[in-house]
Amino acid sequence: MIDGFLALYIFMLAAFTGYEIIARVPVILHTPLMSGSNFIHGIVLVGAMIALGHAQTTFEMVIGFIGVLLGAGNAAGGYVVTERMLEMFKSSKPAVSKEAK
Amino acid sequence: MGWLLVVIKACYFLAALLFILGLKRMSSPRTARGGIVWAGVGMLVAVLATFALPDMQHRGVILAAVLIGVAAAWWSGRRVAMTAMPQMVALYNGMGGGAAAAIGATELFSYAGKAVTLLDGDQFTASGASTPGLSQVTLAVLGALIGSISFSGSLIAFAKLQGWLDKRFVFPGQRVVNMLVLAGAAVLGAMIVGGQLSVPLIVVFFALALAFGLMMTLPIGGADMPVVISLYNAFTGLAVAFEGFVLQNEAMIIAGTVVGAAGTLLTQLMAKAMNRSIGNVLFGSFGAAAGAEAQAIGGSQKPIEASDAAVMMAYAERVVIVPGYGMAVAQAQHKVWEFAKLLIDRGVKVKFAIHPVAGRMPGHMNVLLAEAGVPYDLIADMDDINPEFPNTDVALVIGANDVVNPLAKTDPASPIYGMPILDVAAAKQVIVVKRGKGTGFAGIENALFYADNARMLYGDGQAAAGQLVTELKSLET
Repeated sequence: MIDGFLALYIFMLAAFTGYEIIARVPVILHTPLMSGSNFIHGIVLVGAMIALGHAQTTFEMVIGFIGVLLGAGNAAGGYVVTERMLEMFKSSKPAVSKEAK
Repeated sequence: MGWLLVVIKACYFLAALLFILGLKRMSSPRTARGGIVWAGVGMLVAVLATFALPDMQHRGVILAAVLIGVAAAWWSGRRVAMTAMPQMVALYNGMGGGAAAAIGATELFSYAGKAVTLLDGDQFTASGASTPGLSQVTLAVLGALIGSISFSGSLIAFAKLQGWLDKRFVFPGQRVVNMLVLAGAAVLGAMIVGGQLSVPLIVVFFALALAFGLMMTLPIGGADMPVVISLYNAFTGLAVAFEGFVLQNEAMIIAGTVVGAAGTLLTQLMAKAMNRSIGNVLFGSFGAAAGAEAQAIGGSQKPIEASDAAVMMAYAERVVIVPGYGMAVAQAQHKVWEFAKLLIDRGVKVKFAIHPVAGRMPGHMNVLLAEAGVPYDLIADMDDINPEFPNTDVALVIGANDVVNPLAKTDPASPIYGMPILDVAAAKQVIVVKRGKGTGFAGIENALFYADNARMLYGDGQAAAGQLVTELKSLET
């Protein structure tokens, strides 16, 4: 059981982490990064699975089923799209120069 | 805690770690490829661990839903064209928001079935087994509200970028109506938190939240959509974090919060690159307020033939190519890169200059050029390339308009005044490939086209680039 203050600390630290990671990103990666973070909140799938797994009534099951469907779409779609975008980032001098543009 | 639970918790920890490391790797072009794979492994680990949770029912149904959702999204994500990426991100993001809202809904409805009442110690008592705390109900409601807004809003954004919804829906008093709907949802949410967990109340709460997402997004124009999508992306992250707290799932809390914070910053960066504030995007309407008289533009547009343009660039020393969304729509990036390679073979120094908002989203144009095979070290950002334009012999503008418009610097009455632009006009010669004489996305005249050193090469981007390639090849023989 996570109590209120522990959760607040997690919120705070995770928020700083997210902020710091993005802070020095070149513009060329904005779109892939947005897509990548879109994939990462696909973790909602796990929550939807738990919700459906604990559903008591048919009504809850229907909502839970839709939730899992949507969550799975978020995760899978986010991954495919991000992967396709990033696949294309190549340098003209492969593996020679060590610096990232 | 049994050993199984320890293993599952460890899996969630690993997933959270992989998400953060993956995102970190994604923030540099060299390691970005690996980053998404790391995050993907994290997701796989988390999902498998969830199947193993001991008190789960309906595992078959869950598996079916996961498989259907994954298959549909995988299939659509594979076959969509690169130009359509922004709306796909919007669509998948909306799905995430919807899933978060669905989690909130199942939680709230399950509380509602149990005649929950609020006791003194901030603790609900229920006839059933679960006794939600005040903070849990509050966060379930907040997550449901934000998730619903993100869901319906993202779907509208998707429809708009897909071209299914061309019109902007604007009516007088719209802002007031929107605010009333939001206030209604907030009041109902507060009542739910206050202990009135009745089914009709919850249903109306969701209806209002979904309606607000719709109404908030409908009046926003296409040019501002990327900022809005990014904002909804951050929203979904927050909603996921809140619902993660309700479900006591650490991986969701951490991943959701990281995305919430990263998404908020990304939204600000994008808005800044477009010279718009977030408030302006959400509540102002682009081009709606026709302010002072626009500056009159003197001179005329001077056409040029493809053969002359090809010769001009073939014997130049430095050429900078400025691609815009028009090039992407015409699917001309492959031809353009073919042309650029021919120039490079002749010893011409070629660079691609990309404005932060070229394309439909910051960085979108880089993706499109990368698709055509342009190596990223030939692609220059605005800040790097602008000082080089005075030494550039020919600047070739293909399908870009507003981002090279000098009026952004000279005309305070222009709606794009103050937006940083690519200083193309400073080059010795400018060739503009353009379909016709019309105005750009923002509907503003472009003074560049009338400049003395500018020549217009009329035609579809694909056809024009093809002509340039042919002409250049004929020079070789």
